[in-house]
Amino acid sequence: MKPISSLKVALRALQINKMRSFLTMLGIIIGVGAVIVMVAIGAGAREMIAQQIASMGSNLLMVVPGATTAGGARMGGGSASSLTSDDAKAIKEECPAVKTIAPFWGGVTQVIYGNQNWNTSVTGTLPSYFEIREWALASGRNFSDQELAGAVKVAIIGKSIVENLFGSEDPLGQIIRIKKIPFTVIGVLTPKGQSSYGTDQDDTIYIPLSTAQKRVFGSRLPNRVRMIMVQAQDLSLMAAAEKQINDLLTQRHKPQGDQLADFTVRNLTEIMATAEQSAKVMSLLLGSIALVSLLVGGIGIMNIMLVSVTERTREIGIRMAVGARGIDILFQFLTESVVLSLVGGLIGIGLGVLGAELTSKFTGWNVVISILALLISFFFAAAVGIFFGYYPAHKASRLNPIDALRYE
Amino acid sequence: MENLIQVKDLFKIYEFGDIQIPALNGVSLSIEAGEFVAIMGSSGSGKSTFMNILGCLDVPTRGSYFLSGNAIGSMSRDALAQLRNQQIGFVFQGFNLLARTSALENVELPLIYGPTPARERHHLAKEALVSVGLSGREDHHPNQLSGGQQQRVAIARALVNHPSIILADEPTGNLDTKTSLEIMQLLTQLNEEQKITIILVTHEQDISTFTRRVIQFKDGLVLQDRLQHPKKTD
Repeated sequence: MKPISSLKVALRALQINKMRSFLTMLGIIIGVGAVIVMVAIGAGAREMIAQQIASMGSNLLMVVPGATTAGGARMGGGSASSLTSDDAKAIKEECPAVKTIAPFWGGVTQVIYGNQNWNTSVTGTLPSYFEIREWALASGRNFSDQELAGAVKVAIIGKSIVENLFGSEDPLGQIIRIKKIPFTVIGVLTPKGQSSYGTDQDDTIYIPLSTAQKRVFGSRLPNRVRMIMVQAQDLSLMAAAEKQINDLLTQRHKPQGDQLADFTVRNLTEIMATAEQSAKVMSLLLGSIALVSLLVGGIGIMNIMLVSVTERTREIGIRMAVGARGIDILFQFLTESVVLSLVGGLIGIGLGVLGAELTSKFTGWNVVISILALLISFFFAAAVGIFFGYYPAHKASRLNPIDALRYE
Repeated sequence: MENLIQVKDLFKIYEFGDIQIPALNGVSLSIEAGEFVAIMGSSGSGKSTFMNILGCLDVPTRGSYFLSGNAIGSMSRDALAQLRNQQIGFVFQGFNLLARTSALENVELPLIYGPTPARERHHLAKEALVSVGLSGREDHHPNQLSGGQQQRVAIARALVNHPSIILADEPTGNLDTKTSLEIMQLLTQLNEEQKITIILVTHEQDISTFTRRVIQFKDGLVLQDRLQHPKKTD
């Protein structure tokens, strides 16, 4: 019998039992749909983390001050004011594994433009800060060396500041007041979106480090910096850079006796890599749970096909009597199960894509539907049809014609 | 004239655990092409078992069977299927039509397992239906047809591949007297006009009067094999 005849016979049989065919397909529909939704959510989470890593900058180390002790109460990491611009400079000059550094110092304060005011974080830093964070300017320019040396009152502002203070006005060249001190806006940053903690990264203003230290957020310790952001030369040099900084700062700060080191070096890339790894594991887990449901759908097909073979034993006998060979019967039933699983697979893909979109719409999660995932689940569905359809079909094809004909 | 069918020392023994039940106990006979034969016998006489072996639906436990000179015993399942497809047409007591399938598609069934191209199948099936007097009923499903009409569809299905033999197992068993007569007329006509060998199994004396040769079975053996003048059907 030709394949096309086989297909026709199979379609007729499925058409005769519409409800049963649909219910059998439902297992595959749900299985494939679940695979697609789960894989899309998993891929979405990974993509989001990858974006966050990229938005933070690559190969990052963060040097933070150590803890202070105030009247016997330890204040926690980062509370000390032990890091200075000179430390930053030394790191850049003396650690070969370090590519560039960006110390920063700032706080949250009120900013005024015209009759508008806004509370935001104002950070003093170096031009290299934007390079490390891979953060481009939408318009205007970066700080110049003269502005850094002279503690000039210029500012680069984020997208949210533009929206909140300027509206549709062009902010370049305008004067904003930070802590009542007038600053000229020289640049606007491209939007960066939410950070991994959900804060708005665009709601911020950058000014030269020297300006922040001397004019805006003065402290009793000149040259003081909040933290130093460090970019290593290469991912493989992260550990080396970490050690070089540790050695250098220990030497510079000379902790006395049992005194704790007054700084810590954190490997941000490592932290994010861990997050990425856990997202990977999670998406694998989601995917395998969905695969199990696809498998259950396949067992459903086998179950129904076995019932169908028993129920249609007489039909098989008639077909054999008029000349059907074992392989014709095998193909007929195999075609039925493959058609069931393929049609189920297609509907499942449709519903899966829809489900993923709806999930994204209602939960706000990032979902990524890849063509590869669609293809894989489609072929998996076909494989399920062949695998679980083979046994019943084989059983049918091995029937003895006369036993099949006599079957009541 | 060459024997179309030749069987020698045919045995069929069913085994149920330790118990052996013989159905055929060494049947030897031959049938020539073009004959119209009735196989008679009470139930359990082995006539249906014999018929199934002739139709290559079942295999004998022992003995030889030659169909058109081919030894059936040494053929594979697939070869037997092909033989059934090309040489033998079946007519059953219970009609054995596919339910929820039109008369035309039922008649086409043997063609889809043969070499006939798809576009010729409709035409051939329609012709077969016309030849059994069922033109205009192509789209009827078996449950929309009377018993006699269903048996005609079955005969058309048996005819469609132009077989050399039609094997009819109690073809009138489920039909009333008048319809039985019509079916016998149709079979007689096929035998006379198309020279198809027809072997029919029956336990009804009336039915066996239409054939030229009557073979009586008892306890798995041929009891009597005689020729007669067939009753005229018209």
